[in-house]
Amino acid sequence: MPRPMQPTTHLRPGFGRKAWISLGLVLVALHLLPWVIPNVLHVMIMIFLFAIMGQGWNVLGGYAGQFSFGHSVFFGLGAYVSSLLFVNLGWSPWFGMLFSCAAGIVLGLFIGFVSFRYGLKGPFFALIMLAFAEIFHMIAMEWKAVGGALGILIPLEGNSPALMQFMDKEPFYFITLWMMVGSLYLVWKMEGTRMGLYFLATREDHDASEALGVDTFKVQMVAMGISAGMTSMGGTIYAQYLLYIDPDSTFGLANSVEIMLRPIIGGPGTILGPLLGSVVLTPLSEITRLAFQSYSGVHLMIYGLILVVVIMFLPDGIIGLVRNVFYKMLKRVG
Amino acid sequence: MTMSFVFQSLLNGLLVGGVYSLMAMGLTLIFGVMKVVNFAHGSLIMLGMYVAYWSVALLHVDPYVSILIVFPVLFIIGASFQKFLINPIINAPEHNQLLLTLGVSLFMENLAVFLWSPDYRVMKTSYAEINFYIGDITISLVRLLAFCFAMLLAAILYVVLTRTDLGKAIRAASEEPRGALLMGINIRRIYLISFGIGAACAGVGGAAITPFFPVYPYVGWLFVITCFVVVVLGGMGNILGAFVGGLIIGLADSVGAMFLPGSMKSIISFTIFILILLFKPTGLFGKNHA
Repeated sequence: MPRPMQPTTHLRPGFGRKAWISLGLVLVALHLLPWVIPNVLHVMIMIFLFAIMGQGWNVLGGYAGQFSFGHSVFFGLGAYVSSLLFVNLGWSPWFGMLFSCAAGIVLGLFIGFVSFRYGLKGPFFALIMLAFAEIFHMIAMEWKAVGGALGILIPLEGNSPALMQFMDKEPFYFITLWMMVGSLYLVWKMEGTRMGLYFLATREDHDASEALGVDTFKVQMVAMGISAGMTSMGGTIYAQYLLYIDPDSTFGLANSVEIMLRPIIGGPGTILGPLLGSVVLTPLSEITRLAFQSYSGVHLMIYGLILVVVIMFLPDGIIGLVRNVFYKMLKRVG
Repeated sequence: MTMSFVFQSLLNGLLVGGVYSLMAMGLTLIFGVMKVVNFAHGSLIMLGMYVAYWSVALLHVDPYVSILIVFPVLFIIGASFQKFLINPIINAPEHNQLLLTLGVSLFMENLAVFLWSPDYRVMKTSYAEINFYIGDITISLVRLLAFCFAMLLAAILYVVLTRTDLGKAIRAASEEPRGALLMGINIRRIYLISFGIGAACAGVGGAAITPFFPVYPYVGWLFVITCFVVVVLGGMGNILGAFVGGLIIGLADSVGAMFLPGSMKSIISFTIFILILLFKPTGLFGKNHA
């Protein structure tokens, strides 16, 4: 059997030296940020955190084309698993994060197994994810051993890096920054592999790729596994950062919306889409939350408006708009 | 658990189920005609409830007369929603329409929070206290009336769809849009009317339960997920299926409420939902091919 063709950079435009240097400069600038403008750290942490989870959604929704309306199920599972392990058994959340990730993958593969086997897709898949998230929400509400409706208060045991507990925001800034960079790198690498191409093939035409020998069931399962694992790890960080979780703020529908809106608005199926969407949406939600404290839903109203505008006028997200403008400028220059 | 308690639960389930039927018929009509999964259905239910509530509170009309206001208002809202938002992207991939309706529902619900605050509002009506008794079983008048109004509108909708030219055109457009267009049916108008009727069904369903159900901006989510369960159970786009499915889910919820704590009672209908999606996505009355 001939060796499968090694994917090379010719599958997509390679990065020139200039691009690498500017990326490096951006990274350095981001590392200096806590000392330059310390006030924005909370917003930056939330931007990176939701960029990580949005990237998780993006692998399944953007690349493999399976829109999930219930990614909060992985987010919540990740938050609960590590927090329960920490509160009840005293296990370090670093360790717990691996369990969260594993639990997310197992749940993802289970949901994927039951739905993709029967060729569930489109709105049906979106709804079944929603149903799973709601079931977990109901269980978390009722089950007293996991805190019930009151949720879990994670005790702060002082500054202890081994337990992922810090008195300052800076460590969380670097953790989320590096996880975000890691998720970008992972998806960037994934895009160039055969599996990455199978994702796109399955998204574009399920039946045609099946006819050409792509095992679409396996492809969707892999996408689901990566997606669920990434989102669950984000849940652990969220729980350790806020030190409090309850069923509504983790398994709630609003969280599924928060997670999926970032890649959709930034540009689904692109590496930078989730980050871009998060850069736009996160500060917006934080600002409106401060400006309209008595009306907790105003940021969702603006989300809804942005979503409608993006779907109607920018189906490729903000990144599509940026790309168009960029190419137009390029044409004009030369 | 006594026999009369069981009967009481089943009766309440059936009465609420009738309202689910009406709401789900609106949802399934929209799906059947336009192949749009309307996530904003819950918001339309919410709007219907608020219109009924404000008509009673500000105009001092009878709660059941307010249905006459709710129907045209929701019809117009639904038709404009279709004309200005859905129609421009009617040929886009189906998940785009799903996301659009999600965006609209986020907007409408949180606009309601902004305008009317997130407080629970209870309609004050003299009907709410009236009960009938059959043996040990209590029948509350407001629940019975909600059921009757829902059944009445469901019956009218069914007759319109099966016995009139408009209904024939709607069914033609849903089965074969291109063929219907060639036969001189104005598809755009049919889309507009179907969405309007679908929205009005949601609104009237909401208005019918307002006398015994609190109104708040996120109330729609309680019903929209149930509506999806009903629609999938009855077969997407199948009006009669939605009718029967609504009654079944109403009963299933009441059985759930007998054995499970309050917030867990929907777990039965969710389980039905997942099983149906997995094993018979065409619904109870659907053929086996998709």
